[in-house]
Amino acid sequence: MAFINFSSGEIQCKIIYYGPGLGGKTTNLRYIYDSTNDHIRGQLVSIDTKGDRTLFFDFLSLDLGKIRDYKIRVQLYTVPGQVHYDATRKLVLRGADGIVFVADSMRVQREKNIESLENMAINLKEKGIDATKIPLVLQYNKRDLEGSNIPILTIEEIERDLNAHFKAPFFTASALKGDGVFETLREISKLTVRDVSRKVLSKGQT
Amino acid sequence: MNIILSDQDIGRIERSLDKMLSSSGAHCALLIDRSGQLISSSGDPSTLDVIALSALTAANFGATSEIARLLGEDEFALLFHKGKNENVHFSKIGTEFIMVTLFDDRTTLGLVRLRTEKVVHELREIFTEIMERNKGE
Ligand SMILES: Nc1nc2c(ncn2[C@@H]2O[C@H](COP(=O)(O)OP(=O)(O)OP(=O)(O)O)[C@@H](O)[C@H]2O)c(=O)[nH]1
Ligand SMILES: [Mg+2]
Repeated sequence: MAFINFSSGEIQCKIIYYGPGLGGKTTNLRYIYDSTNDHIRGQLVSIDTKGDRTLFFDFLSLDLGKIRDYKIRVQLYTVPGQVHYDATRKLVLRGADGIVFVADSMRVQREKNIESLENMAINLKEKGIDATKIPLVLQYNKRDLEGSNIPILTIEEIERDLNAHFKAPFFTASALKGDGVFETLREISKLTVRDVSRKVLSKGQT
Repeated sequence: MNIILSDQDIGRIERSLDKMLSSSGAHCALLIDRSGQLISSSGDPSTLDVIALSALTAANFGATSEIARLLGEDEFALLFHKGKNENVHFSKIGTEFIMVTLFDDRTTLGLVRLRTEKVVHELREIFTEIMERNKGE
């Protein structure tokens, strides 16, 4: 649920990093936190199991500067990817305006990616949101493992598994090294703000 | 669903929060939505990261509601955390919003509850109007 505050000239929206456990969602937020100035971002809040697996969510608030005359502020959240945390995942999903799906390129995680995406669609539907309508960007993470001895999926395979239906914009990434992290963020922010403004404009209120 | 807040809406919300603060002796109030976004704040948060506080509060509130549901309770009547210096009180505003009130030992939970209950009605009306206007999103 985005907020448009005419009083402060600010648009606020909520973006969720979704995806299978160990896929790299938290690593995305950590990289964003580490590479931004503290004038434009708040604290990185993590509710996790001793700095490791996400138990509830990570949270980072970020100012993206102005689009037209509006200050854009995004609230980034990660969900816990582990299957048995579905109840908390649903709580985090509340009021989502845009989603980044972080897929794990490791071949052994192939089924987990598919399951997580299906779980996302189900949880969104429960909230009355159509997964094909909400702004969505896919990120194929851990591409740095290409050429290592760990078997990874090809882009074509991931595309077929996850994006045949959505046809969403996608980025290859290495959240660990930072490749593709800001490209992903920029795209989802753009799509989300566009979606929010379109809905506002269509009501004849500018 | 997007919520558009005008100068006037923000003004009304702030006035309600201000009034509650001065009558209860609490020192800070936040109005947030259940998804964790800060809508308005009043009083003195001093060095507190109110944005992070909003996200955590909504999550805490959501988790507590779920616990209530699992226990077969509709919801818990009182949501309150007591610290050595700071206390936090939560009030539900309709189904979508939460008011967070911070207070210390210069006032009491009793008084804070009394005053927040009053302002909850006011805020609920304001938000019913805002939501009504924002319908169809
Ligand atoms: N090689 C490599 N490892 C990565 C990359 N991104 C994350 N990792 C590693 O994968 C592991 C899990 O990363 P997290 O970011 O914690 O994963 P998550 O998606 O938040 O997992 P949950 O919180 O359980 O849902 C960590 O050991 C990371 O260092 C990447 O791009 N390349
Ligand atoms: Mg995590």
